[in-house]
Amino acid sequence: MSSLESQSAPPRSMRTPLGRVRALGAAHSGTQDFWRQRLTAVANVPLTIAFVVIVVSLLGRNHAAAAQILGSPLVAIIMLLFIGSTAVHMKIGMQVIIEDYVHDEIAKLTLIMANAFFTIAVALACAYGILKLSFGL
Amino acid sequence: MALSIVHRVTGIALYFGTLLLAWWLISAASGPTAYAHVQAFTSSFLGRLIVFGYTWALLHHLLSGIRHFFWDLGYGFKASERETMTWGALIGGISLTVLLWIAAYAIGGGR
Repeated sequence: MSSLESQSAPPRSMRTPLGRVRALGAAHSGTQDFWRQRLTAVANVPLTIAFVVIVVSLLGRNHAAAAQILGSPLVAIIMLLFIGSTAVHMKIGMQVIIEDYVHDEIAKLTLIMANAFFTIAVALACAYGILKLSFGL
Repeated sequence: MALSIVHRVTGIALYFGTLLLAWWLISAASGPTAYAHVQAFTSSFLGRLIVFGYTWALLHHLLSGIRHFFWDLGYGFKASERETMTWGALIGGISLTVLLWIAAYAIGGGR
């Protein structure tokens, strides 16, 4: 065996070079975000319609009535689903926008982190409100 | 038509609009005083303008997003089909927003 061959040999693995990269794409992380963006988009269609109906039904009502409706099981579950699906959808959407327009590596990573923090915080705040209305103090 | 940017812009608007949703839900959970603050804001001119804009952004993004379902499935790539779907999302979004607000005033105004 020549020294050139031993130096260029890859780490021991049964996988072929093609097998290592297949289905991972340019981002090296596969199509998870792509799939989740479509999954949440489909979920958001009925959930958004339900959300609009809920909001309209609460218009002009006082706090007691609004709190009772928002905390009722069906409405609360729909709202939680809407919040969860929306949070995932908007986190991926904003990340795509950041990756498209921000090319400075530090700025990009900072914004991607801020995006994750923002979406998680907003989703948790919304969910907390709904759960508090559902379960009381 | 170069309206794909509108899909992004409405998405960004909805992204920050979730702050309003969080404020509304937290205040509803906090009590009548906090809820009254939100109602005072959403009844003001600026508040109504923001909620009206949010309504349009939401409905436009919804209809505009449905175009992407067709494209993802491999349909609607002809120029005429793209034009039809894009104009449909644009006109549909504005129409539904106006109709919804008329319905909202009819329902909410009666209480």
